Amino acid sequence: MSTEAAFAPRAGFIAPEIAAEFPGLRLVWAAGRARGGASPAGVRRRLRGLSDRYRGSGVVSMRVKPVPHAFRAFYRQIGLDPDVQRIPSEEAAVARLLHGEFRSAGLTSDACLVALLETGVPVWALDAAAVDPAGLGIRVATAADAAAPSGCPAPEGSLIVADRARAHAVLFDEPAAGSAASRAAGPVTLFAVGVAGVPDIHLEEALWLAADLLSRG
Amino acid sequence: MGAVTHPRQVQGGVGIPLPLPVAPGQPADEAAARRSLRDQIARLERELADAFVTAYPMGGLPQPAPAAAPPRLLGLGELEQVRDDLAERLAAARITIRRRADEQAEKRRALELMLLRPAEHKFERIACRELGEPGCGVWQVRPRLGLIGMLMGWWQVKLSSGCPLPGGQGPARGRPVARCTRRRPCVPC
Repeated sequence: MSTEAAFAPRAGFIAPEIAAEFPGLRLVWAAGRARGGASPAGVRRRLRGLSDRYRGSGVVSMRVKPVPHAFRAFYRQIGLDPDVQRIPSEEAAVARLLHGEFRSAGLTSDACLVALLETGVPVWALDAAAVDPAGLGIRVATAADAAAPSGCPAPEGSLIVADRARAHAVLFDEPAAGSAASRAAGPVTLFAVGVAGVPDIHLEEALWLAADLLSRG
Repeated sequence: MGAVTHPRQVQGGVGIPLPLPVAPGQPADEAAARRSLRDQIARLERELADAFVTAYPMGGLPQPAPAAAPPRLLGLGELEQVRDDLAERLAAARITIRRRADEQAEKRRALELMLLRPAEHKFERIACRELGEPGCGVWQVRPRLGLIGMLMGWWQVKLSSGCPLPGGQGPARGRPVARCTRRRPCVPC
Protein backbone atom coordinates (compact mmCIF):
# COMPACT_ATOMS: atom_id res chain seq x y z
CA MET A 1 0.00 0.00 0.00
CA SER A 2 1.39 3.40 -0.89
CA THR A 3 1.97 6.07 1.73
CA GLU A 4 -0.64 8.34 0.20
CA ALA A 5 -3.29 5.66 0.42
CA ALA A 6 -2.43 4.76 4.01
CA PHE A 7 -1.85 8.27 5.24
CA ALA A 8 -4.94 9.64 6.98
CA PRO A 9 -4.29 12.56 9.32
CA ARG A 10 -6.93 13.15 11.97
CA ALA A 11 -7.58 16.13 14.21
CA GLY A 12 -6.93 15.44 17.86
CA PHE A 13 -9.13 16.72 20.67
CA ILE A 14 -8.38 19.97 22.47
CA ALA A 15 -9.84 20.31 25.96
CA PRO A 16 -12.59 22.97 25.98
CA GLU A 17 -10.86 25.26 28.47
CA ILE A 18 -7.71 25.22 26.30
CA ALA A 19 -9.61 25.66 23.04
CA ALA A 20 -11.37 28.68 24.53
CA GLU A 21 -8.04 30.26 25.41
CA PHE A 22 -6.20 29.26 22.24
CA PRO A 23 -8.59 28.82 19.31
CA GLY A 24 -5.64 28.33 16.95
CA LEU A 25 -4.10 25.44 18.88
CA ARG A 26 -4.35 22.16 16.96
CA LEU A 27 -3.01 18.65 17.20
CA VAL A 28 -3.05 16.41 14.15
CA TRP A 29 -2.13 12.77 14.39
CA ALA A 30 -1.79 9.86 12.01
CA ALA A 31 -1.00 6.20 12.28
CA GLY A 32 1.96 4.93 10.35
CA ARG A 33 4.46 2.17 10.14
CA ALA A 34 8.18 2.64 10.67
CA ARG A 35 10.84 0.60 8.96
CA GLY A 36 13.06 1.20 11.97
CA GLY A 37 16.79 0.97 12.38
CA ALA A 38 19.35 3.38 11.03
CA SER A 39 18.46 5.87 8.34
CA PRO A 40 19.12 4.79 4.77
CA ALA A 41 21.56 6.72 2.64
CA GLY A 42 18.81 8.80 1.03
CA VAL A 43 17.62 10.20 4.34
CA ARG A 44 21.15 10.93 5.50
CA ARG A 45 21.82 12.66 2.19
CA ARG A 46 18.70 14.73 2.68
CA LEU A 47 19.84 15.72 6.16
CA ARG A 48 23.18 16.81 4.72
CA GLY A 49 21.37 18.89 2.12
CA LEU A 50 19.29 20.50 4.84
CA SER A 51 22.44 21.17 6.87
CA ASP A 52 23.78 23.23 3.97
CA ARG A 53 20.71 25.47 4.11
CA TYR A 54 21.41 26.63 7.65
CA ARG A 55 23.87 29.45 8.30
CA GLY A 56 24.44 31.61 11.33
CA SER A 57 22.80 34.72 9.93
CA GLY A 58 19.74 32.74 8.86
CA VAL A 59 19.37 31.18 12.30
CA VAL A 60 19.63 34.58 14.00
CA SER A 61 16.87 36.06 11.85
CA MET A 62 14.73 32.93 12.04
CA ARG A 63 12.59 34.25 14.88
CA VAL A 64 11.07 37.02 12.77
CA LYS A 65 9.69 34.55 10.22
CA PRO A 66 5.96 33.79 10.50
CA VAL A 67 5.98 30.17 11.69
CA PRO A 68 8.78 30.46 14.30
CA HIS A 69 7.23 33.73 15.47
CA ALA A 70 3.88 32.02 15.94
CA PHE A 71 5.46 29.33 18.10
CA ARG A 72 7.52 31.84 20.07
CA ALA A 73 4.46 33.97 20.81
CA PHE A 74 2.53 30.87 21.87
CA TYR A 75 5.39 29.80 24.14
CA ARG A 76 5.19 33.15 25.89
CA GLN A 77 1.43 32.81 26.25
CA ILE A 78 1.74 29.44 28.01
CA GLY A 79 4.44 30.56 30.40
CA LEU A 80 7.53 29.32 28.58
CA ASP A 81 10.41 31.60 27.64
CA PRO A 82 11.51 30.69 24.10
CA ASP A 83 14.90 32.25 24.77
CA VAL A 84 15.46 29.68 27.51
CA GLN A 85 13.42 26.71 26.31
CA ARG A 86 13.76 27.05 22.54
CA ILE A 87 11.00 26.27 20.10
CA PRO A 88 11.68 23.00 18.22
CA SER A 89 12.80 24.59 14.94
CA GLU A 90 15.24 26.91 16.71
CA GLU A 91 16.48 24.05 18.88
CA ALA A 92 17.28 22.03 15.76
CA ALA A 93 18.93 25.02 14.08
CA VAL A 94 21.14 25.74 17.09
CA ALA A 95 22.12 22.06 17.27
CA ARG A 96 23.05 22.27 13.58
CA LEU A 97 25.31 25.27 14.25
CA LEU A 98 26.92 23.61 17.27
CA HIS A 99 27.57 20.26 15.59
CA GLY A 100 28.18 21.52 12.08
CA GLU A 101 25.50 19.21 10.71
CA PHE A 102 22.21 17.54 11.47
CA ARG A 103 23.28 14.31 13.09
CA SER A 104 21.42 11.19 12.15
CA ALA A 105 19.86 9.42 15.14
CA GLY A 106 17.89 6.62 13.52
CA LEU A 107 15.12 6.65 10.95
CA THR A 108 12.28 7.57 13.33
CA SER A 109 14.10 10.53 14.78
CA ASP A 110 15.45 11.64 11.39
CA ALA A 111 12.01 11.53 9.76
CA CYS A 112 10.60 13.82 12.45
CA LEU A 113 13.62 16.10 12.11
CA VAL A 114 13.27 16.40 8.34
CA ALA A 115 9.57 17.21 8.73
CA LEU A 116 10.42 19.89 11.28
CA LEU A 117 13.13 21.45 9.13
CA GLU A 118 11.02 21.49 5.99
CA THR A 119 7.88 22.95 7.56
CA GLY A 120 8.82 24.48 10.92
CA VAL A 121 6.17 22.30 12.56
CA PRO A 122 7.34 19.82 15.20
CA VAL A 123 6.44 16.18 14.76
CA TRP A 124 6.83 13.45 17.35
CA ALA A 125 6.49 9.69 17.04
CA LEU A 126 4.84 7.52 19.67
CA ASP A 127 4.75 3.77 19.96
CA ALA A 128 1.33 2.92 18.53
CA ALA A 129 0.89 0.13 21.07
CA ALA A 130 0.94 2.71 23.88
CA VAL A 131 -1.66 4.98 22.27
CA ASP A 132 -5.41 4.57 22.56
CA PRO A 133 -6.89 3.90 19.09
CA ALA A 134 -9.34 6.79 19.60
CA GLY A 135 -6.44 9.16 19.21
CA LEU A 136 -4.53 11.93 20.86
CA GLY A 137 -5.26 15.40 22.05
CA ILE A 138 -4.17 18.20 24.34
CA ARG A 139 -5.52 18.68 27.84
CA VAL A 140 -4.51 19.90 31.26
CA ALA A 141 -2.72 17.39 33.45
CA THR A 142 -4.52 16.33 36.60
CA ALA A 143 -3.21 15.05 39.90
CA ALA A 144 -3.88 11.52 38.62
CA ASP A 145 -1.56 12.13 35.66
CA ALA A 146 1.18 13.39 37.93
CA ALA A 147 0.85 10.34 40.16
CA ALA A 148 0.43 7.79 37.36
CA PRO A 149 3.28 5.33 36.89
CA SER A 150 3.25 5.95 33.13
CA GLY A 151 6.57 7.70 33.27
CA CYS A 152 5.33 11.04 31.90
CA PRO A 153 6.65 13.79 34.15
CA ALA A 154 3.60 16.03 33.88
CA PRO A 155 3.03 18.29 36.86
CA GLU A 156 -0.59 19.01 37.70
CA GLY A 157 -1.92 21.92 35.67
CA SER A 158 0.58 21.58 32.84
CA LEU A 159 -0.50 21.16 29.22
CA ILE A 160 0.00 17.63 28.03
CA VAL A 161 -0.46 15.45 24.99
CA ALA A 162 -2.62 12.54 26.04
CA ASP A 163 -5.18 10.02 24.91
CA ARG A 164 -8.22 8.83 26.82
CA ALA A 165 -6.14 6.57 29.02
CA ARG A 166 -2.85 8.25 29.77
CA ALA A 167 -0.51 11.17 29.33
CA HIS A 168 2.24 10.72 26.76
CA ALA A 169 4.21 13.95 26.85
CA VAL A 170 4.31 17.43 28.23
CA LEU A 171 3.37 19.77 25.38
CA PHE A 172 6.41 20.55 23.19
CA ASP A 173 8.55 18.14 25.21
CA GLU A 174 9.90 14.76 24.21
CA PRO A 175 7.50 11.84 24.76
CA ALA A 176 7.77 9.89 27.99
CA ALA A 177 9.97 6.82 27.93
CA GLY A 178 7.03 4.41 27.94
CA SER A 179 5.34 6.16 25.02
CA ALA A 180 8.17 7.14 22.67
CA ALA A 181 8.61 5.14 19.49
CA SER A 182 11.62 2.88 19.57
CA ARG A 183 14.19 2.47 16.80
CA ALA A 184 12.75 -0.91 15.91
CA ALA A 185 10.35 -1.45 13.04
CA GLY A 186 6.67 -1.38 13.90
CA PRO A 187 3.51 0.73 14.01
CA VAL A 188 3.86 4.31 15.22
CA THR A 189 1.54 7.19 15.92
CA LEU A 190 2.79 10.50 14.61
CA PHE A 191 1.48 13.78 15.86
CA ALA A 192 2.14 17.42 15.04
CA VAL A 193 1.14 20.51 16.98
CA GLY A 194 0.12 23.77 15.36
CA VAL A 195 -0.65 27.14 16.89
CA ALA A 196 -2.39 30.28 15.66
CA GLY A 197 -0.49 31.66 12.70
CA VAL A 198 0.65 28.27 11.40
CA PRO A 199 -1.32 27.22 8.31
CA ASP A 200 -3.06 23.84 8.36
CA ILE A 201 -1.20 22.80 5.25
CA HIS A 202 2.08 22.97 7.19
CA LEU A 203 0.79 20.48 9.74
CA GLU A 204 -0.41 18.03 7.14
CA GLU A 205 2.79 18.45 5.15
CA ALA A 206 4.88 17.79 8.24
CA LEU A 207 2.97 14.64 9.12
CA TRP A 208 2.98 13.40 5.54
CA LEU A 209 6.73 13.96 5.21
CA ALA A 210 7.47 12.09 8.42
CA ALA A 211 5.11 9.23 7.53
CA ASP A 212 6.56 8.96 4.04
CA LEU A 213 10.16 8.84 5.24
CA LEU A 214 9.30 6.37 8.00
CA SER A 215 7.61 3.96 5.64
CA ARG A 216 9.91 4.25 2.64
CA GLY A 217 13.13 5.58 4.10
CA MET B 1 -24.43 35.18 28.44
CA GLY B 2 -20.73 34.96 28.57
CA ALA B 3 -20.08 35.52 24.91
CA VAL B 4 -18.21 38.52 23.63
CA THR B 5 -18.72 39.81 20.14
CA HIS B 6 -15.93 41.10 18.01
CA PRO B 7 -16.89 43.66 15.38
CA ARG B 8 -14.30 42.48 12.90
CA GLN B 9 -15.41 38.88 13.02
CA VAL B 10 -18.03 38.37 10.33
CA GLN B 11 -19.78 35.31 9.03
CA GLY B 12 -19.62 34.79 5.29
CA GLY B 13 -18.97 38.47 4.72
CA VAL B 14 -22.53 39.40 5.76
CA GLY B 15 -21.35 41.34 8.77
CA ILE B 16 -22.98 39.19 11.45
CA PRO B 17 -20.88 39.36 14.62
CA LEU B 18 -19.88 35.95 15.93
CA PRO B 19 -19.43 35.19 19.60
CA LEU B 20 -15.82 34.53 20.50
CA PRO B 21 -15.31 31.48 22.70
CA VAL B 22 -15.07 32.04 26.42
CA ALA B 23 -13.60 29.43 28.73
CA PRO B 24 -16.23 27.73 30.87
CA GLY B 25 -16.77 29.43 34.20
CA GLN B 26 -14.90 32.54 33.16
CA PRO B 27 -16.48 36.01 33.15
CA ALA B 28 -16.63 37.68 29.75
CA ASP B 29 -14.60 40.68 30.90
CA GLU B 30 -11.77 38.51 32.13
CA ALA B 31 -11.75 36.48 28.93
CA ALA B 32 -11.54 39.68 26.91
CA ALA B 33 -8.74 40.94 29.12
CA ARG B 34 -6.80 37.71 28.70
CA ARG B 35 -7.30 37.82 24.95
CA SER B 36 -6.03 41.39 24.87
CA LEU B 37 -3.00 40.43 26.97
CA ARG B 38 -2.18 37.53 24.68
CA ASP B 39 -2.32 39.87 21.68
CA GLN B 40 -0.03 42.32 23.45
CA ILE B 41 2.39 39.51 24.30
CA ALA B 42 2.48 38.38 20.66
CA ARG B 43 3.15 41.95 19.49
CA LEU B 44 5.88 42.50 22.09
CA GLU B 45 7.47 39.19 21.12
CA ARG B 46 7.58 40.34 17.50
CA GLU B 47 9.19 43.66 18.48
CA LEU B 48 11.67 41.91 20.77
CA ALA B 49 12.61 39.54 17.94
CA ASP B 50 13.22 42.54 15.66
CA ALA B 51 15.35 44.14 18.36
CA PHE B 52 17.32 40.90 18.77
CA VAL B 53 18.08 40.75 15.05
CA THR B 54 19.09 44.43 15.04
CA ALA B 55 21.30 44.07 18.10
CA TYR B 56 23.00 40.85 17.04
CA PRO B 57 25.72 42.44 14.86
CA MET B 58 26.30 44.99 17.63
CA GLY B 59 27.14 42.32 20.18
CA GLY B 60 23.74 40.88 20.96
CA LEU B 61 21.36 41.24 23.87
CA PRO B 62 21.76 39.74 27.33
CA GLN B 63 20.06 36.38 27.69
CA PRO B 64 17.42 35.87 30.36
CA ALA B 65 18.18 33.72 33.37
CA PRO B 66 17.14 30.09 32.85
CA ALA B 67 13.88 29.24 34.56
CA ALA B 68 12.12 25.90 34.28
CA ALA B 69 8.34 25.95 34.18
CA PRO B 70 5.93 23.57 32.49
CA PRO B 71 3.57 24.90 29.80
CA ARG B 72 0.27 25.84 31.39
CA LEU B 73 -2.78 28.08 31.13
CA LEU B 74 -1.74 31.36 32.65
CA GLY B 75 -3.99 33.38 34.91
CA LEU B 76 -4.68 37.03 34.34
CA GLY B 77 -1.96 38.08 36.77
CA GLU B 78 0.59 35.77 35.17
CA LEU B 79 -0.23 37.06 31.70
CA GLU B 80 0.25 40.62 32.96
CA GLN B 81 3.56 39.59 34.46
CA VAL B 82 4.71 38.08 31.14
CA ARG B 83 3.58 41.22 29.29
CA ASP B 84 5.38 43.52 31.75
CA ASP B 85 8.58 41.44 31.64
CA LEU B 86 8.55 41.54 27.85
CA ALA B 87 7.95 45.29 27.83
CA GLU B 88 10.88 45.77 30.22
CA ARG B 89 13.16 43.58 28.13
CA LEU B 90 12.14 45.42 24.99
CA ALA B 91 12.82 48.79 26.59
CA ALA B 92 16.23 47.58 27.82
CA ALA B 93 16.99 46.18 24.35
CA ARG B 94 16.16 49.49 22.70
CA ILE B 95 18.38 51.37 25.16
CA THR B 96 21.23 48.95 24.43
CA ILE B 97 20.77 49.34 20.67
CA ARG B 98 20.64 53.14 20.94
CA ARG B 99 23.77 53.25 23.14
CA ARG B 100 25.72 50.99 20.80
CA ALA B 101 24.55 52.92 17.75
CA ASP B 102 25.78 56.13 19.40
CA GLU B 103 29.13 54.49 20.17
CA GLN B 104 29.46 53.37 16.55
CA ALA B 105 28.58 56.83 15.26
CA GLU B 106 31.24 58.28 17.56
CA LYS B 107 33.82 55.84 16.24
CA ARG B 108 32.89 56.64 12.65
CA ARG B 109 33.41 60.33 13.35
CA ALA B 110 36.78 59.51 14.92
CA LEU B 111 37.72 57.49 11.83
CA GLU B 112 36.83 60.40 9.56
CA LEU B 113 39.08 62.68 11.62
CA MET B 114 41.86 60.09 11.43
CA LEU B 115 41.51 59.99 7.66
CA LEU B 116 41.46 63.79 7.39
CA ARG B 117 44.47 64.49 9.64
CA PRO B 118 46.44 61.34 10.36
CA ALA B 119 49.31 63.22 11.96
CA GLU B 120 47.03 64.40 14.76
CA HIS B 121 46.01 60.85 15.62
CA LYS B 122 49.30 58.98 15.71
CA PHE B 123 49.01 55.24 16.34
CA GLU B 124 45.28 55.42 17.02
CA ARG B 125 43.35 52.23 16.23
CA ILE B 126 39.68 51.60 15.52
CA ALA B 127 38.49 48.04 15.00
CA CYS B 128 35.89 47.32 12.33
CA ARG B 129 33.73 45.75 15.01
CA GLU B 130 33.63 49.09 16.83
CA LEU B 131 32.20 50.59 13.63
CA GLY B 132 29.53 47.90 13.45
CA GLU B 133 31.18 46.30 10.44
CA PRO B 134 31.83 42.57 10.07
CA GLY B 135 35.32 41.12 10.12
CA CYS B 136 38.24 41.73 12.40
CA GLY B 137 40.15 44.37 10.45
CA VAL B 138 41.55 47.38 12.26
CA TRP B 139 41.97 50.93 11.02
CA GLN B 140 45.23 52.33 12.34
CA VAL B 141 47.38 55.42 11.90
CA ARG B 142 50.91 54.32 11.06
CA PRO B 143 54.03 56.09 9.86
CA ARG B 144 54.84 55.71 6.18
CA LEU B 145 58.18 53.91 5.72
CA GLY B 146 58.47 53.09 9.42
CA LEU B 147 61.06 55.07 11.37
CA ILE B 148 61.74 57.47 8.50
CA GLY B 149 58.04 58.35 8.33
CA MET B 150 57.96 58.92 12.07
CA LEU B 151 60.87 61.34 11.87
CA MET B 152 59.56 63.09 8.76
CA GLY B 153 55.95 63.27 9.95
CA TRP B 154 54.57 61.08 7.15
CA TRP B 155 51.49 59.43 8.60
CA GLN B 156 48.84 57.35 6.93
CA VAL B 157 45.74 55.38 7.85
CA LYS B 158 45.86 51.69 7.02
CA LEU B 159 43.23 48.99 7.28
CA SER B 160 44.68 45.69 8.40
CA SER B 161 43.51 42.73 6.40
CA GLY B 162 41.98 41.01 9.44
CA CYS B 163 42.55 37.67 11.05
CA PRO B 164 44.39 34.95 9.15
CA LEU B 165 42.44 31.74 8.63
CA PRO B 166 42.98 29.47 11.65
CA GLY B 167 44.49 26.68 9.62
CA GLY B 168 45.42 28.56 6.48
CA GLN B 169 43.77 27.44 3.29
CA GLY B 170 44.87 23.89 3.94
CA PRO B 171 47.06 21.68 1.82
CA ALA B 172 45.74 21.31 -1.68
CA ARG B 173 46.37 18.26 -3.80
CA GLY B 174 49.44 18.74 -5.95
CA ARG B 175 50.34 22.02 -4.30
CA PRO B 176 53.22 22.42 -1.84
CA VAL B 177 52.22 23.37 1.70
CA ALA B 178 52.83 27.07 2.23
CA ARG B 179 54.88 27.87 5.28
CA CYS B 180 55.16 31.15 7.09
CA THR B 181 58.52 32.68 6.30
CA ARG B 182 58.30 35.49 8.78
CA ARG B 183 60.83 35.63 11.58
CA ARG B 184 58.11 36.37 14.11
CA PRO B 185 54.90 34.33 14.16
CA CYS B 186 51.68 36.07 13.17
CA VAL B 187 49.72 37.42 16.12
CA PRO B 188 46.02 36.80 15.69
CA CYS B 189 43.92 39.80 16.61
